[in-house]
Amino acid sequence: MPVAHLSTAARAPRASAGLGPWIAFALILAFLLVFLILPVGTVIYTAFVTDTGALTVGHFGNFFDQLVFRESFFNSLWVALASTFFASVIALPLAYLTVRFEFRGALLIQTLGVLPLIMPPFVGAVALQLIFGRSGSVNLLLNDWFDITIPIMDGLVGVTFVESIHYFPFILLNLVAAMRNIDGAMEESALNLGARGWRLFRCVIFPLAMPGYLAGAALVFVKVFDDLGTPLVMGVTNMLAPQAYLRITSVGVDDPLGYVISVIMIVFSILALWLAARVMKGKDYATLQKGGGALQKRRLSKWEALLAYGWIALVLAVVLAPHVGILLMSLAQVWSFSVLPDSYTLAHYATVFSDARGMMANTLLYCVLAAGLDVVIGTAIAYLILRTRLPARQWLDWLASAALAIPGLVLAIGYLRLFKGVTLPGSDQLVVQTWVLIMLAYAVRRLPYALRSCMAALQQVHVSLEEAAQSVGASRLSTIRRVTVPLMAGGILAGFVTSFITAAVELSATLVLVSTESQAPMSLGIYLYMQSIAGRGPGAALGVLAVLVVGLGTYFSHRFVERSRATVASSAKA
Amino acid sequence: MQRSIVAAAFAAGFCGLALPAIAGQVTVITSFPKELTTAYQKAFEAAHPGIKIEILNKNTTAAVAYIRELPEGQRPDVMWASAPDAFEVLASYQLLQKAPEVVNKSAPEKIGNYPLNDPKGMYYGQALAGYGISWNTRYIKAHKLAAPREWSDLTRPEYFGHVAISSPSRSGTTQLTVETILQGEGWDKGWSQLLQIMGNAAAVTDRSFAVPDGVNNGQYGIGIVIDFLALAGKYSGYPVDFTYPSMTAVVPANIALVAGAKNAAEAKQFMAYTMSAAGQQILFDPKIGRLPILPYSMLKAPAGYPVPQDIAKRAKVQFNTELSGQRYPVVISLFDQMVTFRLKELQAATKSIHEATAALKARPNARGSELLAQARSLAYTPLVGADNVKNPEFLELFRKSRRDVAVAKELTGMEQLWSEKARANYVRAKQLADEARGLAR
Repeated sequence: MPVAHLSTAARAPRASAGLGPWIAFALILAFLLVFLILPVGTVIYTAFVTDTGALTVGHFGNFFDQLVFRESFFNSLWVALASTFFASVIALPLAYLTVRFEFRGALLIQTLGVLPLIMPPFVGAVALQLIFGRSGSVNLLLNDWFDITIPIMDGLVGVTFVESIHYFPFILLNLVAAMRNIDGAMEESALNLGARGWRLFRCVIFPLAMPGYLAGAALVFVKVFDDLGTPLVMGVTNMLAPQAYLRITSVGVDDPLGYVISVIMIVFSILALWLAARVMKGKDYATLQKGGGALQKRRLSKWEALLAYGWIALVLAVVLAPHVGILLMSLAQVWSFSVLPDSYTLAHYATVFSDARGMMANTLLYCVLAAGLDVVIGTAIAYLILRTRLPARQWLDWLASAALAIPGLVLAIGYLRLFKGVTLPGSDQLVVQTWVLIMLAYAVRRLPYALRSCMAALQQVHVSLEEAAQSVGASRLSTIRRVTVPLMAGGILAGFVTSFITAAVELSATLVLVSTESQAPMSLGIYLYMQSIAGRGPGAALGVLAVLVVGLGTYFSHRFVERSRATVASSAKA
Repeated sequence: MQRSIVAAAFAAGFCGLALPAIAGQVTVITSFPKELTTAYQKAFEAAHPGIKIEILNKNTTAAVAYIRELPEGQRPDVMWASAPDAFEVLASYQLLQKAPEVVNKSAPEKIGNYPLNDPKGMYYGQALAGYGISWNTRYIKAHKLAAPREWSDLTRPEYFGHVAISSPSRSGTTQLTVETILQGEGWDKGWSQLLQIMGNAAAVTDRSFAVPDGVNNGQYGIGIVIDFLALAGKYSGYPVDFTYPSMTAVVPANIALVAGAKNAAEAKQFMAYTMSAAGQQILFDPKIGRLPILPYSMLKAPAGYPVPQDIAKRAKVQFNTELSGQRYPVVISLFDQMVTFRLKELQAATKSIHEATAALKARPNARGSELLAQARSLAYTPLVGADNVKNPEFLELFRKSRRDVAVAKELTGMEQLWSEKARANYVRAKQLADEARGLAR
């Protein structure tokens, strides 16, 4: 009989033994210090000093005196909360349906559901304008047929709309991973006790998947709160991130207020993550049995199936609109104030294939390395926090998560400053001119995603499983390698995928750090093409290729997990 | 100490990772689009075998930050961009060096009243650009609008919600456009006209390119843009057109040699090439669509191509660079506080004013006209007067370092004041206009 632990008593971590955890702790701390804290410190230090170098908090006072900033703060908060809500509304049914029911194309839906993330936000917004904008296809048709237009792309509503459909995969990915980890026996017990339908979901399944949901929702909140590209493309400036950006990047204006806003965003993001962690604290969501039955898969009744397919079709239609838009753009010769392009061509793809082959290789290289580094560090931090009692271990989490709130621009300028004049020994090659810094910037910026997924995964693994392994003589390291990590595999993979695909669309740090064209990844290529009229087609074509490359990668990693799951399940039955 | 540790760590981990820089390679850092840079790269490399051009494409802000953060001898060789303020910033940090020998003597010294090259000799005009109005022909046809010809046309009620501009604090070219209007019409009248146009705005964008882009795809009907962005769209087959209003200025896009460049000699050859007849001819490419600095007698211009000297001659404004530079921070800050961050309120007030104007025209009412005049004056008067902007002490405040808390407090206090006053004025103007409209019924 599997035993459920839903007690609220905190589980006592075991006493740490040996030097291992300390070494891991020191290494991670050193990494975060050199590649996150120090570079950012050299930049945001500006917020705390006067022109003579004396310390001050006067700039913060100036900030709160301004109407524009107070307004921006509340706008950002409102948009972040609303986007988290709508993202949940989209992601919950998708996750539930695909995990819970026998459903053709469930895998396809999950892969498609990840596609919004691999579209650079500014490209997504451009493509959405073409579909839903003032003169977009939908509004032109509506205007023709009913003489109305829907201003869904305007102002804060527009930002919320774009953000929700861009970031809901964070919730979907984490929630699916968490639901997969729920022990089917929990559901059986609940069914035995008479819980059905909505009640079963509300009282048993959703609470058991809570770590995954909160991890995803907190990410969405923080991400939207800090997002710069979307409001900028949509022309909304009364939000915090655009205000900081406008202040920092006005040529030749050394304005501390931009950095003050950065500090405020960092503090607020950490606060949000802390709150999410606070909710989870003292609750135990681990279930013992693994590899046995997952949640039962059911068949849908006819009406349920109709409803389910209807909802999925609707969501997918909206979510895939930017992809359709960009696909049309990549094939269009001229597309202007019309429902569909005037004429089509394949010339843009020819241009991209002759110009931009190296960019695809670069994107793969940087992002695989960065995401790999992220899950290694993420797993290690999760382990240190949940399974050891090192003092200050929680700090690793806070430090790493702080990266979420650091504008890419600030991090990149910090790198340039910190590593100024440092050359690779034995040559006059500057460190800042190698691609390693670009990769590390990706790793640092995307670490929080991997970390949240790894933490959620480990929270669901009951410590007894490791204790069992150790009691039959396995060393700590081999327990981690052969028990803990395999049990966390789904969550680690979710982390890898999230890090990988979000790194693939990173732009702000890339813009500053790329020092030769041969280093440019696809995101930068798309951006550069999109800066001119003749480049829009090739830019869109490159965008389509990026979506394909990353989409295929995601699909195959899901397939990989499905298959290993099937192997485990069949060997368990045998 | 810490740096050497970092260096050692890199030595251990990433030895031999990057390729060494090649001698005879010129690195050009630029904000210009790929079509333009690739065309120059190919043409130059064909003419000068042995020299390789490496293009480093960054937006202007990132380019300035990048050059600033690199040590001497490691910087890119050539900076090539539109915005003169970026070059001014680089010059003020001693990051540019003079290269007078690259200048093509056949080019005129002035375009209209604007000096082609930096008077201090730090950067040089390489191509010309004028400012004007572009529109999407399908869009204006669908909305039954006439094509605008002058800035003043854009204040008319039928253009409400159809105009787009980029913020002058973000785009050096828009700052020049705004300054051109202010110099042409005078401070108070110029601002009044600007605010009326902005009341009709659909959006104030962050990037200069977002405006022509939005006009091309029909998102905006009318855009206030730099000529080559509109011309490139027109010659690429988009249903867009462009006109130079009489209140325009023709100003150069610039090129400069970076101080501490690795390969200065080769870099100068490249700079000279861009200003030579062969280099100037490239500007006529339909995908590029820029105006050359050399007289057309030395080049083969396509038929009907705009002639910069003619536009400059027609233009009513004698552009004063010094004046523009002096009040630059005031203009961009005032624009952001009155327009960019208050667009919603300004639009609402303008809508009410247009409606009241139409209603009163149909049914005149003396009291109503009076209220409407008040509303207009509230909505369309700049918060900084013409006298104030001539006051050196006032201007001096904007030059001081914002890192000084007291200065920052004064400045943010002023911005806060503008912001609140602008909002209050727009809200009040809307009330008055609505009241006036009520009287006309």
